[in-house]
Amino acid sequence: MTNEPAKTKKEVAFSRLPGFRELGIIIFIILISVLIGIRNPRFLTWGNFHDILLDTAALFVLSVGMMLVLVTGGIDLSMESVLALTGMVAGMMVKQNPQLSPLFMLLLGLILGALLGSITGLIVAKGRVVPIIATLSMMYIYRGITFIISGGKWINAYEMPDSFKGIATERFLGLSKLIYIVLVVYLVFYYFVNHTRIGREIYAVGSNKEAARIIGINTQFITWLVYVISGALSGLAGVMWVARYASAQNDTASGFVMTIVAACVLGGVSITGGVGTIPGILLGSITVGIINNALPMIRVSPFWKMALQGLIILVAAIVNIAITRNMEKSQLKRRVI
Amino acid sequence: MEHQKSFSKRKLSITFKWEWLLVILIIGISVVNGRLSSHFWSYTGIMDALSVFLEKGFMVLSMALVLIIGDIDISVASIVALSSVSMAMSYKAGVPMAVAILIALATGAGCGYFNGLLISRIPGLSAIIVTLAGSSLYRGIAYILLGDQAIGGFPSWYSYLAWGYIGRTHIPFIIVVFVGCAIIYGLLLHRTAWGRKVYAMGINPVAARFSGVPVAKIKQIIFALNGLMAGVAAIFLTSKLGSSRPNIATGYELEVIAIAVLGGVSPSGGKGGIVGVCLALILMRLLRYGMGLVNVPGQVMMVIIGIVLIGVVVFPNVFSSLKVRKREVKEIQ
Repeated sequence: MTNEPAKTKKEVAFSRLPGFRELGIIIFIILISVLIGIRNPRFLTWGNFHDILLDTAALFVLSVGMMLVLVTGGIDLSMESVLALTGMVAGMMVKQNPQLSPLFMLLLGLILGALLGSITGLIVAKGRVVPIIATLSMMYIYRGITFIISGGKWINAYEMPDSFKGIATERFLGLSKLIYIVLVVYLVFYYFVNHTRIGREIYAVGSNKEAARIIGINTQFITWLVYVISGALSGLAGVMWVARYASAQNDTASGFVMTIVAACVLGGVSITGGVGTIPGILLGSITVGIINNALPMIRVSPFWKMALQGLIILVAAIVNIAITRNMEKSQLKRRVI
Repeated sequence: MEHQKSFSKRKLSITFKWEWLLVILIIGISVVNGRLSSHFWSYTGIMDALSVFLEKGFMVLSMALVLIIGDIDISVASIVALSSVSMAMSYKAGVPMAVAILIALATGAGCGYFNGLLISRIPGLSAIIVTLAGSSLYRGIAYILLGDQAIGGFPSWYSYLAWGYIGRTHIPFIIVVFVGCAIIYGLLLHRTAWGRKVYAMGINPVAARFSGVPVAKIKQIIFALNGLMAGVAAIFLTSKLGSSRPNIATGYELEVIAIAVLGGVSPSGGKGGIVGVCLALILMRLLRYGMGLVNVPGQVMMVIIGIVLIGVVVFPNVFSSLKVRKREVKEIQ
């Protein structure tokens, strides 16, 4: 009986928190855009904004997959290698068969990525390997396979048909097709995460695995599923990436996992699991995209990017923890009164 | 008291089994290597084969401690890069080499200390996220310092560290240093109260804290040690390569963790020992030696190391779950 009012207050606090933090990120984005715009007016043009969206398109898609894995309390370091491997396979396929339709290639990316992700998922869920060790290994394994199948060679722009590159270059209503793919992914996953049973079960597993198991959620299946989803989205992002940059290499997106984690942590996803929203990572990804785009514009050497990303992850993770702790404190206070 | 005794006995027998398995594997791989190369079975051949690899060994020793307390450190490879770059840059700036080496050690220990500080002082901040951020941060700083260049031209005595022999004995200098470190770590972990506390933390950190183990302090020390050993590895690696670049040691974190886990250290904490880790180091080196003989490219070696790492963790898990199922079936009957 005494628990019930506390629970409703907790819900109030939870509904308040994301709004507060998303407002914070939006203010940060506006502030940083104005500051960069003062140094370089070209930054605040529609053309540049469209470029930022195009360059961030893969990150948008990837951060959804990473978020779901993080929500269950895991982490998927292998995403960048799944991206590279599917990108390479897609590149080699369109080189051999230029008549393949772009839509087919995107679907192929999804399916191949899901297959690769399901292997990682099996190792984590069935083999009970700590996610960080399993995905660190898979990161190098998939990267090595990319090297083996390509024989160390690149697929270059002239070897790809225009229809395939059109995924990124063709526009519809003034926006690149890549942006529509991102839009579809976000709508689908917004619905999936908030309004389907399996979507809610992912959060349940992340909040309290033991409790989730006891109330009858198949935690092994959910754990496996999130890796399949992150793999599928990495595969999709791989095709998008290769189409956008019109080249498939062995070291495509090498080290990109840091960018994905940075986007998620900035967007308020908790590393310990259970917390993370689709609007949050949307804002987190765009922030990281803006920073990456702005660095060359204000003449900062690209060598700063790597260190800056590490710093962003650290600071954002610490801020997340501080916010959660404050929230818990205010809850306790309310309970006393 | 008796219960405790039987517990330690059981644990001893388990570790013994694992280490014997490693010994058998080492003998097996040695036989294969001997078939592949006629130069393998000679005193100098074995000494050289082992010494090439040893800079990773320093990192494995301290990584074992990190894994035993149930944490992980994936920033070690980047710490190696930053230590190496800071040493090379300070030497270029006119600092004597001996002092530059101390700078490398200090950089490594400093990075490790920073990791440990964040992990142990901010509850809720996991080692995974701190060291993941660290792996980007430290290598990023190395890139900011040096850009895409390489620095070489160290004094000639510096290459002795990785390539030199003790007197006329054909015992590589690096092996002597490594054996010294391994003995220190072994004594620290297996023969001191501090070592027992480390295991206690890995088995149950909450219980350890309530029984008076200074959990935060030990965590701090272990991460700082891990950074320091990355600094040591940076010195030997740079000496071996003869130059320093920001992209050296990429992928070392996987291999170091793989060797530690192969040596019987459980990634979920509380299990493992220095003897097993040293055997796993030899095993991995011989495996790499053999793969080198049949011309396996580096990328493929990483695939094999990844598979070995996953296999080593998966097999005991599957085995124990089968055992549990059998027991359950028996109980039902």
